[in-house]
Amino acid sequence: MSETIAFKPESLEQVHKIIARYPEGRQKSALLPVLHLAQKEFGGWLDVPVMDYVAELLSIKPIEVYEVATFYTMFNMKPVGKYVLEVCRTGPCMVCGSEKILDHIRTKLNIKDGETTEDGMFTLKPAECLGACGYAPMMQLGKFFHENLTIEKVDEILDLCRQGQVALD
Amino acid sequence: MSKKLLLKDAHIEGIRYFETYRKQGGYTAAEKALKMTPDEILEEVKASGLRGRGGAGFPTGMKWSFLAKPEGVPRHLVVNADESEPGTFKDRYLMEFLPHLLIEGMLISSYCLGSNVSYIYIRGEYSWIPDILEEAIEEAKAAGFLGKNILGTGFDCEIYVQRGGGAYICGEETALLESLEGKRGNPRLKPPFPAVKGLWERPTVVNNVESIAAIVPIIDITGAEYAKIGVGRSTGTKLISACGNINKPGVYEIDMTITVEEFIYSDEYCGGIKDGKRLKACIPGGSSVPIVPANLLLRTVNGEPRYMNYESLADGGFATGTMMGSGGFIVLDEDQCIVEHTMTLARFYNHESCGQCTPCREGTGWMYKILKKIEKGEGKMEDIDLLWDIQRKIEGNTICPLGDAAAWPVAAAIRHFRDEFEWHIKNPELSQTQNYGLANYADPIPAVEKNA
Repeated sequence: MSETIAFKPESLEQVHKIIARYPEGRQKSALLPVLHLAQKEFGGWLDVPVMDYVAELLSIKPIEVYEVATFYTMFNMKPVGKYVLEVCRTGPCMVCGSEKILDHIRTKLNIKDGETTEDGMFTLKPAECLGACGYAPMMQLGKFFHENLTIEKVDEILDLCRQGQVALD
Repeated sequence: MSKKLLLKDAHIEGIRYFETYRKQGGYTAAEKALKMTPDEILEEVKASGLRGRGGAGFPTGMKWSFLAKPEGVPRHLVVNADESEPGTFKDRYLMEFLPHLLIEGMLISSYCLGSNVSYIYIRGEYSWIPDILEEAIEEAKAAGFLGKNILGTGFDCEIYVQRGGGAYICGEETALLESLEGKRGNPRLKPPFPAVKGLWERPTVVNNVESIAAIVPIIDITGAEYAKIGVGRSTGTKLISACGNINKPGVYEIDMTITVEEFIYSDEYCGGIKDGKRLKACIPGGSSVPIVPANLLLRTVNGEPRYMNYESLADGGFATGTMMGSGGFIVLDEDQCIVEHTMTLARFYNHESCGQCTPCREGTGWMYKILKKIEKGEGKMEDIDLLWDIQRKIEGNTICPLGDAAAWPVAAAIRHFRDEFEWHIKNPELSQTQNYGLANYADPIPAVEKNA
């Protein structure tokens, strides 16, 4: 299976650059950055063959990859939609109305937390504090934060997503 | 008006780039430092009285002096940019808008500590910031402030940025090091401390972004001058990230001589409570520190005004005081529900527990479940005592401080707002449609008139 999975040459070059940041024999340190690269390149989540491929690249055991990938919230262990709506709901966002934003998304997209819409466009992933407390409520979409959310703003973002006009990277 | 050391140039357009930063006097502290000996720099840092800005407040100079220096073993500086404490977003501001201040601070610190390869470990969710930092690193390198033989001194220094994967626990320094080594973020048993065995078992200093940025003005104006700013053992300036129900949320630099009342109500800072409401409670140092009701926030139990510094915020201990922590200042207005708020924090800590120690792994889950039950109007009176019992059994019984951090918010909420928990339990239906309100926590000081 792992023969069919391979990074694009430019990503592979990136992997080697990352490994060069650490002392000889400490290439395992590259695991988190490489998993981020892999998730981006292989469909937004980490399937077992992808993790096995990463293990092979870093000359570590597959279990060393699995235990790390499952520990960190940012790595998705099952397929997700094109747009993952990560809505923060911890204290500071809660006091600024994050629950209303979440409820609106749940109703509008007709999905529960962690679910993906049937068309594969959106996944709702409630998040714990993302460090945008002063600009609450907020959500993360790909690489970027969308802050000071209102119901109207959320509707606008969802529309723009459908038109393919929201940058993820 | 507070003195500004870190953010004095934050408003200048293009300050993110080397050329503008340099024009504003950037890297002159580095030039000065590289003519000093590492020991002389250490003495300046000690003299400054700088205390770690990540939350614990441990003196930075003392931390640096613990660094082991065995012959032939490389040492490392690791900057903790994992900023994940709810309410805290100051390091993000520094890195996004003043990346060169951090890079310059890292150069000086790396030179002092003898670190030829230093790392910035940044929380994974700040996904756009590594690009900004890496650009700044490239610019500094091109100008000869990083790389080989910096300014002809023979000192080499490389800086690399590493993204985390979304785990609050990696803000704990040994968990951070585990993560940087490509492992799960499980905190290590101490001793050995990172200063002796840190990254890859090498002597390592882990410091918060703001602490390292503060090294620049310390070298610039000298440690002794830095120590004159502020009051007592709260020297220098501190970044406060203010959020919640206030008119002007954002990142402010204060010199720790202003009162909490001024910070909340003056237009220079938070600009008062949003929508003309009244203040109910506040968590002044990030979600882990005790929440205090308005009356105990603005004045100590002895009726003295409370100030925005380490000692004054902690006045009265946990019985009536709180902590400076990370400077994540969360303000709650009269309409906020303490039970629901505490539940979100318990959920946070439950989600973020690494699972290594039983009291934290199990206890945080129990606390979350019980709080959720009370919040939904399904609680029993004995649940409050049960919560109290659980938090006591977590505190002090775990490898790392996450256990304490999870226990304190629950303990403080019950300590100060027990009647609100009881009201929720006694009024299961009413509590679903209505909040308890201000009750007897009223801020005795009326809101300050605008433009008064």
